[in-house]
Amino acid sequence: MPFDVYLNVAVGGVLTGLVYGLMALGLSVIFGVVRVVNFAHGEMMTVAMFIAVVLFSWFHLDPLIMLLPIAAVLFVFGYALQASLINPFITRPEHSQFLLLVALAIIIANALLIMFGPDARSVQTAYAYDSFQLGRLIVDAAKLYAGVAAVVFTAALFALFRFTLIGKAIRACADNYTGALVVGLDVRRLYALTFGLGAACVGAAGVMLVLLMDPTPMLGPGYTLLAFVIVITGGLGSMPGALVGGVLIGVTEALAGLLFTPSVKSMFAFAILVLVLLFRPQGILGRRLA
Amino acid sequence: MTSSFSTGFSRRGAALLAVLLAALVAAPWMVNDYLLTVLVLILYFAYTGQAWNVMMGFAGQLSLGHALYVGLSSYVAAMMFTRLGVGPWLGLLAAIPLAAACGAIIGYLAFRFRVAGVYFAILTIAFAEFARIGFDNWGFVNASSGLFLPVKQYAHNDLWQLRGSPTMFYYVILAATVLVFVLCHFLIHRRIGYFWLAIREDEEAARAAGIDTFRYKMYAVMVSAAVTSFAGVFYAFFYNNLFPEQVFSISRSIEIILGPIIGGIGTLFGPILGAFVLTGLAETLNAVMSAFGVELPGARQVFYGVCLLLVVVALPDGVWPPLARRLGVAERKR
Repeated sequence: MPFDVYLNVAVGGVLTGLVYGLMALGLSVIFGVVRVVNFAHGEMMTVAMFIAVVLFSWFHLDPLIMLLPIAAVLFVFGYALQASLINPFITRPEHSQFLLLVALAIIIANALLIMFGPDARSVQTAYAYDSFQLGRLIVDAAKLYAGVAAVVFTAALFALFRFTLIGKAIRACADNYTGALVVGLDVRRLYALTFGLGAACVGAAGVMLVLLMDPTPMLGPGYTLLAFVIVITGGLGSMPGALVGGVLIGVTEALAGLLFTPSVKSMFAFAILVLVLLFRPQGILGRRLA
Repeated sequence: MTSSFSTGFSRRGAALLAVLLAALVAAPWMVNDYLLTVLVLILYFAYTGQAWNVMMGFAGQLSLGHALYVGLSSYVAAMMFTRLGVGPWLGLLAAIPLAAACGAIIGYLAFRFRVAGVYFAILTIAFAEFARIGFDNWGFVNASSGLFLPVKQYAHNDLWQLRGSPTMFYYVILAATVLVFVLCHFLIHRRIGYFWLAIREDEEAARAAGIDTFRYKMYAVMVSAAVTSFAGVFYAFFYNNLFPEQVFSISRSIEIILGPIIGGIGTLFGPILGAFVLTGLAETLNAVMSAFGVELPGARQVFYGVCLLLVVVALPDGVWPPLARRLGVAERKR
């Protein structure tokens, strides 16, 4: 196979990986601050995907335009979820949190199944088959838009955490829970905000993924798992790590799908996870665990 | 306290156990075929839940990938049966060391590098998923088209080949559930059990007290995996068909662990009670739905999810500990 093919597939993998990275970033932010593993992460993404599908098929609203509104809906959803159901669980053992979120995941996935049936839905945008040519490189328009939007969204989130007072307060909560309480931060509200931001990330990622694939209600667990793999690969608690992990996994999957059969591609993602856990448990960009 | 020294159960607890066991032994004469199949399912989950509980409930190591041990063992036994004509009990002899070895590999990799907590849980999922995709693409085991055991009408029950009526399967899984209950009861009252509990409560303190935590965590994974492997063999011969997509799937792993968490983690009765509660709930919802003629795919699972949610919100320790206190048969706090 000519080198061009590999290059094109790898570039496609990078762009998809950026979207994966944004999805994983949501999980990383939630775990890094609230210390709860969101086992309903993939299901939250499918919610966003189906909102995008419905808006497109009923009102012909382009997913890229609806990116921010849908992310906002997911933010409210995440905020409410943390403030009501999850907050009492933050001091409970891991398995108890796990059960709560698995129950939520079951409810969300099957509610979607009742509403939309088991079949895949697709969004046929005008630019679905467009592509750009840069020399010998051919890039799908949809993938390029999705990748760029993911980078912009991630950059905005970085800025929020780095330069705003709220971001500073959230980072303070993550660094030292007791300290944050002592200086008078409203930790409960900040946790809800963080969960909302995480949900907004995965919501935005879901809207972009609608351009790249057809959603079904039962997509959730696979993507929850993928988000874990990416977060651990990149480094838990490291925001750039999530993006780097996403790109690494995206490229690996794309090349594995090309070299072998597409059905084995996630095996390579798990292989990377195992290697990282063994030789660099803190992740590629993670800080060494205390 | 009136606890008898030799068994560790209070007199009332022993009486309760005896009544439950008697009811389960007598059940095939009292229920129809459908209910018997439900009981088989309940005992299957009681068994796997008990096996998982050794790792999580006793030693505090959260495994979310027990479908790996079930799947591997079911494939080993089924392959030996269909290709070599070797019966399930010999298949079990091959499956147990294999499952234990897999558990040992995962445990060794994780515990050597201090991979713990959520990371460890994800590692167990990763191995199960790895196996799922691997088997799904492995022609030798028929890949995704699945493996089928020959189903014939058997004139009599053949316990040696595990071919026969649902009643025979019921007694096999009942015996296994009783055995694993006794085994867990034995282990938890021995040195190894106390070491596990010490590790679960505070690993650093356990190490400081001179416990070889690496070794005892390895024992926990291997015992749990080895015990789970019988469930895999049983699964293969009870359902007669195996698909990687099904046996290794993450939802299988989750099914295994819901029972003990709902019932009460770290208790001996929790996994049994949890299996009754969850499978009973699922089947009741099925019956109610079909009675009302509701044919809505997903509706049952939504109710199921809501019930799970309510239980975990209302009963943080599971159903069994508060129930045991009410019945006056509480196990000692562990």
